[in-house]
Amino acid sequence: MSSWIDYTVNGIIIGNIYALLAVGLALIFGVSRLINFAHGSVYVVGAYAGFLAVTHLGTPLPVTIVIVLVVGALLGLVIERFGLRPLQGYAHIAPLLATIGISFVLDQLVQLFFTPDPRAVPSSLLEVRFQIGSGTIGALDLVIAGIGLASAGLLYYFLRFTRLGWAVRATAQDRDAAQQMGVDVDAVNRTVFAIASGLGAVSGLLVGMYYNYIDPSMSFQATLKGVVAQVVGGVGNVPGAIVGSLLLGLVESYGIALFGTSYRNLFAFVLLVIVLVWRPNGLFASKRQTPPEPMTGTFIAPSKPVQIPGKVLVGAAVVAALLPLVFPHPYVLQTLTNSWLYALLGLSLTLIAGTVGLVSLGHAGLLAIGGYASALLAINCGVPVGLAILSAGLIAALLGTLMAFPAFRLRGHYLSIATLAIGEIVSLVILNWEWLTRGPIGLSGIPPLSLFGIELDTDRSIYWFTLAVLVVLAALQFRLLGSHLGRVLRAVRDDDVAARSYGIGLNRYKALAFAVGSFAAGISGGITSHLYSYINHETFNAQLSILALTIVILGGMGNVTGAIVGSILLVGLPEVFRVAAEYRVLIYGLVLLLLVRFRPQGLLGTV
Amino acid sequence: MSMLEIRGLTRRFGGLTAVDAVDLDVAEHEFVSIIGPNGAGKTTLFNLATGLDEADAGTVRLEGRDVSGFSPEKLAALGVARTFQHGRVFANLSVLDNILVGAHVRFKSVRPAWPGPLFLLEPFAELALALIRPGKVKAEEARMREEALAILARFGERLLPRKDNPAYSLSYANRRRVEIGRALALGPRLLMLDEPTAGMNQTETAEMQALIGDLKKTGLTIVLIEHKLDMVMQLSDRVVVMDEGHVIANGKPAEVRNDPRVIEAYLGHHRAERAPLEEAAE
Repeated sequence: MSSWIDYTVNGIIIGNIYALLAVGLALIFGVSRLINFAHGSVYVVGAYAGFLAVTHLGTPLPVTIVIVLVVGALLGLVIERFGLRPLQGYAHIAPLLATIGISFVLDQLVQLFFTPDPRAVPSSLLEVRFQIGSGTIGALDLVIAGIGLASAGLLYYFLRFTRLGWAVRATAQDRDAAQQMGVDVDAVNRTVFAIASGLGAVSGLLVGMYYNYIDPSMSFQATLKGVVAQVVGGVGNVPGAIVGSLLLGLVESYGIALFGTSYRNLFAFVLLVIVLVWRPNGLFASKRQTPPEPMTGTFIAPSKPVQIPGKVLVGAAVVAALLPLVFPHPYVLQTLTNSWLYALLGLSLTLIAGTVGLVSLGHAGLLAIGGYASALLAINCGVPVGLAILSAGLIAALLGTLMAFPAFRLRGHYLSIATLAIGEIVSLVILNWEWLTRGPIGLSGIPPLSLFGIELDTDRSIYWFTLAVLVVLAALQFRLLGSHLGRVLRAVRDDDVAARSYGIGLNRYKALAFAVGSFAAGISGGITSHLYSYINHETFNAQLSILALTIVILGGMGNVTGAIVGSILLVGLPEVFRVAAEYRVLIYGLVLLLLVRFRPQGLLGTV
Repeated sequence: MSMLEIRGLTRRFGGLTAVDAVDLDVAEHEFVSIIGPNGAGKTTLFNLATGLDEADAGTVRLEGRDVSGFSPEKLAALGVARTFQHGRVFANLSVLDNILVGAHVRFKSVRPAWPGPLFLLEPFAELALALIRPGKVKAEEARMREEALAILARFGERLLPRKDNPAYSLSYANRRRVEIGRALALGPRLLMLDEPTAGMNQTETAEMQALIGDLKKTGLTIVLIEHKLDMVMQLSDRVVVMDEGHVIANGKPAEVRNDPRVIEAYLGHHRAERAPLEEAAE
């Protein structure tokens, strides 16, 4: 019984922390229709700012909170300046992608300054606990609850009774009308970003104190939790975000009590997908609220694609095939092999996000399915590796399409968030399905690549194998785009209402594109698993999904050649120049940010 | 036989009844225009009839068959083609591809229809046929391309020279033309045009009117929403007037023109006694 009280208290406290994040996300969404993916980075920066203040300056808690609040607010202004303001009038998803880029940059900077090692945020409050009935409550719990309540109260006062607060609410209701009535919308955005980021940073500090543990990788999870809480409560709805956060905190806490810690995030994401699919306006949305229409629009910048003659493409393929004969440098071959594998992922995503317009943020999930399927078939069932890889493609096509199917009815942002959650769910299912996947231990002893019984053990043979797979799948995709299906898929992307009116069943063609795309991703994951000989649930992580999207945007959405070129540039080049891994992520973030801003059609243009 | 038969069709948005128990009949080969002030419920009626919106009450019959609640995809397959008030072309597709998408429901070779539970395999068959492209599929594509070019040729030199340009690069008037071309490509039994001349100048309007007149001569059943009354009066067999969700008049163009209720709907009570409708049209 006492443990239930503890779990409840714990749930409410965690919920309070999520609320500080989610309220900020809701405010930002309210005024700018942006889901700020850099919010988790603010949280991490807040945690580290607090850590610096406490350990180096020895500040008492109230001073630390003020410092963190200010640092967060300033960072919020920076994010608004680079992530949002220059992108007004762009596709709705452009600022979202920009904030993903910003979050990569920020997280990586934190990691460069403080190393990826976890740190402790010392707090004297941790030891103080009070007995309540049969359970206990800590002084820190009370402080967190107090800060949560105080922020909610101040925010309510601000939005309700100050002129700037009115301006914020007016902008949230109707941006254009507010602007016409003389509201400085940019100033409103700045204010909101400052407040939201201040709260987010404090949230990071509190988490650091609560668990006595911070590390730079907390960022992504924090963003996701904030987004889940916000979506559950109704996107852009501030009180809803608070209730959603408390609900999420409790669900997680009870979930841990019943099933164990490793299930914690699984509940959060399953909750997210369920709410998105069945109640896309959130649990508390009133009927009068408009449906999520205005956020349509995929990331397609009108452009004339660069026309590359077929002869040139064939020539390039021949040159690539001859390369190992004239230049058998193992390092170069390995690097290019890696590029071909990413290019397969790029083919997949450029079809799904570019051609049919479903901007997936969880594409690594398909790699994971392919990787595990191929490895398990080879290890457990003794299936020959070549056949196992082929089966992995088919399994990824089937499972990927089935999992994404409920999300097909979502549009714009909502689809992206749902795919992000589905990608995380894949990784968490792999982590928890121990009898099949060996859980956290991962799969080792995956047999090496072989074809018809002949082991591919040289750099050269592996290079040729991956290149051949890439060329075949790229050729098929060209052929697909040249058929009536290419036309139909792009019509679905451009205007789904008109497409339906001309007899195009949306689900059928979205599923078709998803299946074809997932096949390529599954193959890529399958080959990767045999090359690595060891994979675990983190081999194919969310960073990879974002890298895939960057590759695709760099090449040009829907552009097959672009996906390959993008992959060589983003995966091959940094390798050749031997850029250290941590700078690489920084580069990916910057590239994404710059592309969205300056060349949304990519290098070769949208098809 | 009645091509389209609408009975008691009603659609409410919160407190507003946009379409209120509307009855409408369109005979085969008939040309019916729907006019009425902005907000009268004309486009909502179109959306209900084409499956893009769900009615709160009422039935829609197409050639005697009850199609209430049918999806737009299904209705398109039954031969209902429509254009949109604000123009909805596929912006990144070429002009020719836009027209070809219009013909989607007529691609039979590459989209085999299989009976019973086998329909689940249809998409795979479609994918395989699109990749393998046997002779039949190639021939179908070539035939459709030729037809699409013939449709483009109906617009004179407006669209043909631009057939490979993406639709977003077209002028507003040309986008409206592409929309009509796309609707014709469906091989419609019933063509529903929502303000095809909106935003066009006088020359362009006259051109469009001539084109629609030609379509009428081929015996195509057409329902037209239009504000330009000259055009409506010249083309229509029958004019239906809507106001505030109701049909307030229904008859030959000459009858409707002088109906006091119609004049009132357009001009309000006070001027209704002295202003003829022609003046309102200007």
